[in-house]
Amino acid sequence: MKSKVLLKVLSVLGKQKIIFSISIVLAVINVALTLYVPVLIGDAIDFIVGEGNVDFEKINGIIIQIAVSIAINAIVQWLMSVCNNKLTYDLVHNLRGRAINKLQALPLSYIDTNPYGDTVSRIISDVDTLADGLLMGFSQLFTGVITVLGTVVLMFSINWKIAIIVVVLTPVSLLVAKFIAGRTYSMFKLQSETKGRQTAFIDETITNQKVISAFCHNTKAVEQFNQINEDLRKHSFKAIFFSSMVNPSTRIINAVIYAIVCLIGALTVISNPQFTVGALSILLSYASQYAKPFNEISGVLTELSSAIASAERVFELLEQSSEVSDEGLAEIQTAKGNVALNNIRFSYIPEKPLIDGISLNFESGQQIAIVGPTGCGKTTLINLLMRFYDVTAGEITVDGQNIKDVTRHSLRKNYGMVLQETWLKSGTVKENITMGNPSATDEEIIAAAKSTHAHSFIKRLPKGYDTVLGEDGGSLSEGQKQLLCITRIMLCLPPMLILDEATSSIDVKTEIHIQHAFKRLMAGRTSFVVAHRLSTIKHSDVILVMKDGNIIEHGSHRELLKQKGFYYELYNSQFAE
Amino acid sequence: MKSLLKYMKRYRLEAVLGPLFKLTEALFELFIPLVVADIIDKGIGQGDKNFIISRAGLMAALGVIGFICALIAQYFAAKAAVGVSCDLRSALYKKINGFSYTDLDKIGTSTLITRLTGDINQVQTGVNLALRLLLRSPFIVFGAMIMAFTVDVKSALIFAASVPVLAIIVVTIMYITVPLFKKVQSNADKLTLNTRESLKGVRVIRAFCQESQEIAKFQDTNNRLTALQKWVGKISALMNPLTYVTVNIAVILIIYIGGQRVYDGTLTQGQIVALYNYMSQILVELIKLANMIITVNKALASASRVEAVLNREVFTEPLSADKDIKSSSAVEFKKVSFIYNGAAEESLTDLSFTAEKGQRIGIIGATGSGKSTLVNLIPLFYGATGGTVLVDGKDVKIYDTKTLRRKIGIVPQKSVLFKGTVRDNLTLGEKKATDEELWSALRWAQAEETVITKGGLDFEIEQNGRNLSGGQRQRLCIARALVGNPEILILDDSSSALDFKTESELRKALTSLSQKPTVFIVSQRVSSIMSCDKIICLEDGKSAGVGTHEELLASCEVYKEICHSQLDKEEI
Repeated sequence: MKSKVLLKVLSVLGKQKIIFSISIVLAVINVALTLYVPVLIGDAIDFIVGEGNVDFEKINGIIIQIAVSIAINAIVQWLMSVCNNKLTYDLVHNLRGRAINKLQALPLSYIDTNPYGDTVSRIISDVDTLADGLLMGFSQLFTGVITVLGTVVLMFSINWKIAIIVVVLTPVSLLVAKFIAGRTYSMFKLQSETKGRQTAFIDETITNQKVISAFCHNTKAVEQFNQINEDLRKHSFKAIFFSSMVNPSTRIINAVIYAIVCLIGALTVISNPQFTVGALSILLSYASQYAKPFNEISGVLTELSSAIASAERVFELLEQSSEVSDEGLAEIQTAKGNVALNNIRFSYIPEKPLIDGISLNFESGQQIAIVGPTGCGKTTLINLLMRFYDVTAGEITVDGQNIKDVTRHSLRKNYGMVLQETWLKSGTVKENITMGNPSATDEEIIAAAKSTHAHSFIKRLPKGYDTVLGEDGGSLSEGQKQLLCITRIMLCLPPMLILDEATSSIDVKTEIHIQHAFKRLMAGRTSFVVAHRLSTIKHSDVILVMKDGNIIEHGSHRELLKQKGFYYELYNSQFAE
Repeated sequence: MKSLLKYMKRYRLEAVLGPLFKLTEALFELFIPLVVADIIDKGIGQGDKNFIISRAGLMAALGVIGFICALIAQYFAAKAAVGVSCDLRSALYKKINGFSYTDLDKIGTSTLITRLTGDINQVQTGVNLALRLLLRSPFIVFGAMIMAFTVDVKSALIFAASVPVLAIIVVTIMYITVPLFKKVQSNADKLTLNTRESLKGVRVIRAFCQESQEIAKFQDTNNRLTALQKWVGKISALMNPLTYVTVNIAVILIIYIGGQRVYDGTLTQGQIVALYNYMSQILVELIKLANMIITVNKALASASRVEAVLNREVFTEPLSADKDIKSSSAVEFKKVSFIYNGAAEESLTDLSFTAEKGQRIGIIGATGSGKSTLVNLIPLFYGATGGTVLVDGKDVKIYDTKTLRRKIGIVPQKSVLFKGTVRDNLTLGEKKATDEELWSALRWAQAEETVITKGGLDFEIEQNGRNLSGGQRQRLCIARALVGNPEILILDDSSSALDFKTESELRKALTSLSQKPTVFIVSQRVSSIMSCDKIICLEDGKSAGVGTHEELLASCEVYKEICHSQLDKEEI
C-alpha cells in the first residue's frame, strides 16, 4: 500500500524530471564540497606544525582553494533549496489543481456523505503535510544518504581501522532512538487520545456556553474539564519527557564514539607517522558529520510516514470516480416544461429503498407543492429532478426526453432553483446575481432586482451592486440573501423552477417581498415548491405529500382532503386545539 | 506575558533547575575542544600514550555527565511546560465559565476555543523549548567565544567580529520572512475558504453550471500562493549559505592569522584545532537558535492571546434591584428597557405586561424586533437596563441566579445536546431528578418513543447529538426543559423546525400538565402562537400590541400584516 502511494507521488514528480535531476546533481556537489572543505582545513593545519615551522606558501594556496569551495558550495546550496522548493510547491499546486477539478466533477453522493471538513483537510492540510514531508525528505534524507556514503568512503581512505569503528558504532544511536520511540509510541497515542477527548469537550461546551449557563451546569462542567485536564497532564508529561530522551541518548553515544576516535586516532598518530594531526582532525570532523544524518533520520522518517499517510488521503480523493461523463449527449434548448416521472425508483443506500415505482405527469406551467413532515425526503425529489442524483430505475423526462440522455448543464440551465439554505459566493453582489446570466446589462440587473424588491436594500449597501460579500453572504440577513437568490433566477428566467419556502427567521416585511417575488417568478412556469404555508399549498395544481422518503399521496387540495388520509391529518393538526 | 510568569512561578524550582542543568551540560561540551587540543599538543606532541588514554577517558566522562545533566534538564522542562499549560488551560476554562452572556457575545466562542486548544499548546511547546534551549544557545555561542579568548586573545577577535555578523544575517532574514510567512498563511486561509465554499454551495454551483468559474477562482488563489511560497523559500534559503560562508571565512582567518602566531610561537597546532572546533560549534548553535526564536515568538503571541481572556473583567450586571416593587403575577415586566452592551440603540423600549400563572404568552415580530431579548431578561441572562423584570413577585436581580434559573425551563433556539447518555442530558439542570420524572418529561415532549427505540435513558448521545435527527434533538431539548417541573417554560423559536403535527401534540401535552407552567412561546409563525392567552407583538423593540389573537387583529396593524402574509382569510 505504502509503496503504491509512493509510486504515485513519484509519478507526479516525474513530470519535473529536469529539475529533479538538477536537484540531485546539486546535492551531490553540495555534499562533496561540504566534505572537501574539512579536508582542506586539515591539510592547512598540517602545515602549521609549530614555532618556526609553518609553510605559508602552501597554506595560502589551500586558503584560496577553501575560499573557492565555500563560495561554490554556498551558491549550490541556495540553488538546491530553490530547486527543492520548486519541486514541492509545484507538486502542491498540481495536486490542489487536480483536487478542485475533481471536486467539481464528484457525484453529489460523495459530497453529501463525506463531512466537508474532511474533504477540506484533504485538499489543504494533507497536501501541506505531504509537501512538508517531501521538502524535508529532499533536503535531508537525500543529502543525508550522500553524506553517509561520502564520509564512509573518505574515512576509509584516511584510516580504515578507525573508519570501521565509526561506521559500526554510530548506527547504535539509531537503534537507541528507535528503541525509545517504540517505547514512547503508546504514550504519544495516549496523549493524543486525551487531547482529542479534551478538544471535543471544549468544542462542545464552549460553543454552547450559553446553554451551560442557562442550566447552571458551570461548576459541573469545570469539574469534568479538570478531570480530563489532569489526565492530560499525566499523559503529556510522560510522552514529552520520555520522547525527549532520544536526543541526549544519541548525543552521548556520539560523544563516546568521538572520544574513541580521538583515542585511537591519537595513538595511531604516534605509532604511524604517516597519519598526521591534520588527518585526525579531518577524521573527527567526518565522524561527527557521519553521525548527523543518523540523528536526524528518525525525525525524517516520521515526517515521511505522515506525508505518505496524507498522500494516501489525497489520492483517495483524486481517484474517486467522477460523475458519468455526458460528453457528446444532446443539449436541451429551452424546454417547454412538461415533466414526467415514469415508474422511478431510487434509494441512497441499496438496502433501504426510498422511492419505489412512482409515475406522475406534470404539465407545462403547473404549480406543484411538496409537503410533508420534517425529514420526509422533500430534497430527494429536488435531487432527482436536477440530476444531482440519478434514479436507479425508471426515467424522468423533460418534454418527453429522458434527462439521462442530455447534458447536465443543458438540463440545469432550464431550472431555476432557490433553496432555503441560501448560498452566495464571496464576491460582489453583481457577480452573485449574474451567476446564471453573466452577460446581463446593468439595466437588466437593476430591473430584475427591482422586481424582487432587492434593489432598495442593495442600493443602501456601501458600494451598491459592487459591494463585496464575505463568505456565505457576510453581513446580509437571511431574508436579504434569499432575495438575492431569487433575483439571480429572475435574471435568467428558466422555464422550470424549484423553490424552497422559508420557514422562519425571516422578518415579516421581507417575507412578504419574497412571496411576491415568488409569485411573479412562477407565473407561466412549471414550478416545484417545497411548501410550508397553507396559502401556497392550497392554490397549487398538484400537491405531493411525502412521508419517509416516499410520495404517499398526490392530488389537488380538495381531492386530498376528501381522501381523509395523511394530508387531511396534517392539514387539520395545524388548527387542532 | 505577566500572567504567564505568574503561572510559571508555581514551577519556580523546575524553571530554574531545568536551564541550570542544561547550562552545566553545555559547559561540559565546551571543554571538549580544549581536551582535544591537549591530546594533540601534549599527548601526540610528547608521544605520551597514557596521557592520551586518560584524556579520552575524560572526554567520555564529560559526555556521560552531560547526558545525565541533559536528562535532568528535560525532566524539569517537561514538568514545567506541561504544568504551566495545564494550569493555564484549567484557569482559562474556569474563567470562561464565569462569563456572562454579554462577555460571550463580545468575545465569541470560536476564538475562545482556539485559545483553549491551539494557543495553549503553542505556549507549552514554547515553554518547553525555552527552558531547554533559550539560554543554551547564546551560552554556547558566547561560551565558545570566551573559550576562544582563553586560547588566544588575538585570534579570538575573529570570533568577536563574526558573531555579530552572524546575528545580523539571522535577524535580517527573519525580519524579512516572518511577515511574508503571515501572508502565505492568509493566502492558504483563502484557499480553505474557496474549498469550503465549493462544497457548501455545490448544489447552487451545479445548478448554475458554475463549475469552471469556481475552478478558475480556486486556481487563481492557488497560483498566488505557490508564487509567494517560492519567493519566501528563496529568501529563507539564503540563511544557510550565508551563515556557512561567514563561519568559513572566519575559519580561513583563523588559519591565516593562527598560522602566523604558531610561527611566532605564541600558539600551538592543537590550539588552532580547538579554535576551529569552537567556530563549528557556533554555527550549529546559531541554526538551532534561529529555529527556536520563531517558535518562542509564536508562543509569546499565543500567551498574550490567552492572557487577554484571563485578564478580562467579567461583566457584572449593575444591581439596581428594587426590593419594594412587588407583583402578584408569575412574570411581570414593568417599563423594561434593554440596551446591549456597546450597542447604539435600545433593543427593548419601555415594555410592560403581565403573565399570570399557567398562562401561555406568545411573542411575535420580525427578526431583530427583540423577541429573544425579551425572554432572555427573564432568567437574567441579561439584566434589564431600565425598569424591572419580576418573577414570582420579586425583582429578578434580587434572586440568587441558581434559584432563579431553577424555576425556569428553557428550550433554546438551537437544539443543543451534549455527548453523554440521555440521562446526563436531561439532568443537566436538575442533577437529582429521578428516572420517573425523566420519563414523564419525555412523554410530554413527544420524545418517549424515540428514547425507547434507541434503548432507554442510557443511550449514548454523540457529540452535538449527531446520532439523532433534528426533530429528535429538539424534542429531547424540550424534555430537558420540562424536567423538574419548571414554573416558567420558555420556548425560544424552538418549534420552527417541528412539523405542524408534532407541534400541536406538544401544545396539547403542555395544557394537560397538572402543575401548568407559565409558557412563553417565541415564534415567527402566527399559527404557533395564535391560540395563546396573550400575544405580545413587537416591532423594533417596542410593543406594537398586547392581547389575544382576535383583539390584536382588530387593533394592531403590524399583527394584521403578519397574519395576512402567512394565513388564508378563512384561517384568520
